[in-house]
Amino acid sequence: MTTSSSTRRTRSRVGPEGPAGRHASDLDVDSLLDDRRTGIIVCCGSGGVGKTTASAALALRAAERGRKVVVLTIDPARRLAQSMGIPELGNTPRPVVGVDQAAGGSLSAMMLDMKRTFDEVVLSQASPEKAEQILANPFYIALSSSFAGTQEYMAMEKLGQLHRDHVLGGTAGAGEPHGQGDFDLIVVDTPPSRSALDFLDAPERLSSFLDGRFVRLMLAPARGPARLMTAGFGLITNAMTRILGAQFLKDLQTFVAALDTVFGGFRQRAQQTYSLLQADGTAFLVVAAPEPDALREAAYFVERLSDDAMPLAGLILNRASPEPDSALPAEDAVAGAGRLRRQDPASVTAGLLRLHADQVRMVERERDLRNRFTAAHPQVPTAVVPALAGDVHDLDGLRRIGSLLGREE
Amino acid sequence: MVRLHVVTGKGGTGKSTVASALALALARGGRNILLCEVEGRQGIARIFDVDPLPYAERRIATGLPDPDGRKGVVHALHIDAESALLEYLAMYYRLGRAGRALDRFGVIEFATTIAPGVRDVLLTGKVYEAVQRNSRNKGAIEYDAVVLDAPPTGRITQFLNVSNELAGLAKVGPIKSQSDTMMTLFRSPQTAVHLVTVLEEMPVQETADGITELRSAGLPVGGVVVNQVRPQDLADEDLAAVRAGTLDRVRVEDELKAAGLEVEPGLVDGLLKEARDHAERRALEDEQRAVVGRLDVPTYDLPRLAGGIDLGALYELASMLREQGLG
Repeated sequence: MTTSSSTRRTRSRVGPEGPAGRHASDLDVDSLLDDRRTGIIVCCGSGGVGKTTASAALALRAAERGRKVVVLTIDPARRLAQSMGIPELGNTPRPVVGVDQAAGGSLSAMMLDMKRTFDEVVLSQASPEKAEQILANPFYIALSSSFAGTQEYMAMEKLGQLHRDHVLGGTAGAGEPHGQGDFDLIVVDTPPSRSALDFLDAPERLSSFLDGRFVRLMLAPARGPARLMTAGFGLITNAMTRILGAQFLKDLQTFVAALDTVFGGFRQRAQQTYSLLQADGTAFLVVAAPEPDALREAAYFVERLSDDAMPLAGLILNRASPEPDSALPAEDAVAGAGRLRRQDPASVTAGLLRLHADQVRMVERERDLRNRFTAAHPQVPTAVVPALAGDVHDLDGLRRIGSLLGREE
Repeated sequence: MVRLHVVTGKGGTGKSTVASALALALARGGRNILLCEVEGRQGIARIFDVDPLPYAERRIATGLPDPDGRKGVVHALHIDAESALLEYLAMYYRLGRAGRALDRFGVIEFATTIAPGVRDVLLTGKVYEAVQRNSRNKGAIEYDAVVLDAPPTGRITQFLNVSNELAGLAKVGPIKSQSDTMMTLFRSPQTAVHLVTVLEEMPVQETADGITELRSAGLPVGGVVVNQVRPQDLADEDLAAVRAGTLDRVRVEDELKAAGLEVEPGLVDGLLKEARDHAERRALEDEQRAVVGRLDVPTYDLPRLAGGIDLGALYELASMLREQGLG
């Protein structure tokens, strides 16, 4: 294992608006991990591309190279979670056993408990009485456990908390296991969003919801001036009562009124987290598989991150088909297999040739897809990780992915 | 007779591809099939290489012909919650002025993006309407079957369990009784929820969990579509020989020559190394295959296509589904 590299590269923003005319370079993962200025790494990408595994592998590799790391995962496979010592949801980081600490680093892990994180935000922002009212409201219960954007928003909220409490140091009390300076790198796995934009938009969406015209209108009667009860609003409440029943409207009104008091705090925190993401110590890694859909999503991410001035470090192209071991062209292999099969339908050699042709075609297709991505986004450094034969569910497997990311193999 | 095919699967398993192939397989003998998507991704438009779909039923393809050469038609619909709500209000409440007021005051936006559960009810409500067309939707096509490219396995039970989602929010009123009617269809033998998986540990585990959840919610499980199955070019005993390293090198070399190939140095070793990697992956697939076998549901296999999925490949997959009795 190499120690922290002395020739650190300066990281610059990349993306469609970055400096033009360069070809996609290789992403130097180890330099990124070793650079002490890197305080947050956010892994994003569509579902099913191995994002959770990649985040865990990056975190482990950083820890074993001397960083004090905490990894925030969203929904790891059961066996992977067990091997990292986080068998269930827990809202505080726990040390991972079995990490090589020779280089002075450490690794802790936690799995996001969406509802608990939301409850804690409410509890910290509202008076106990108000908080109780909010926590018991059916709208809050549904919003905190099933709203499509809640998971994204809470992941960002938790990131902000971890940064405040453990990196900058702050509120961790005497009895708590962690405090200032526990960690110098936070690795975040993001939820598999329906669209690439969800997790960047979640704080904005929640605060614009709370700020929306309808919510304001709902609040108006509670605040008194009846002049806001316009004819239009009367029509709405009548319609809603007809369709949804009167109780629905009443619950909603109570919810909105109660939430209004914790409002300012919500918005402020969302804004802080957003700024934290834009800061220089943050690095976004887009994870994709060499499939058209995943790469299309990756392209959205790259463009969106650039639009929002978020620091993009590069693309991890995960689960690439391994390069074939022999150079025989696919067409020759297929032709040869055909000849052999005509003589002996069970020919092993024909089978070998067909497998080879299949692998060559897969690799060629993936190369085309990657080239197309590179043509559109030439400034995005890329690391290609070949697919392992089996699933990863222990630290050794994560180490293996880590060394592939660091191009040791 | 199944009239609503719901296709779910973990991200990356090819659920939209399978839903599209299933629609082509069902569209034969003059039948009309509707293929719906609800997640705003425009995946269907991409797969069929057409312009992004609007909130309107569009004819997008002719189906796979039956043995007599008779084809049906696949229509597609992209359902978004806002349009579904406005259409619903127009259809059931004739909310002219109030409907516009709702929009103006941001209620439509509020209801569809935030009010939890409401969004899913609107999406499933439109699907229900397409399956059970009634006189309110004048001039609409009556479909023989509807295929829904549904949310992923982790969310599917919650998505279909609409009356449960609304429970606690709307305890009475027309929405409540309508969601109960929808549940009656979703729980009936007219509905089948198919789960798409690949032979890897996590997707298979998620499929098993999904089936358990669906069953406990009383939702009918159709089949498991095993997608992206690796080529089966080597027989079991050959795979074993490859793994053990006992395959006859000399024979392979002779056969390569007999096939007219120039045996360059490294060719035989390269092929054997590739075969060993393949055999290792096949062994892992076989383990997962055994897990799928224990799920006690019909399974359908689709191969991994090295060239990727284009429209031609989609018809190929459709005919494989039909041969196996799905569609």
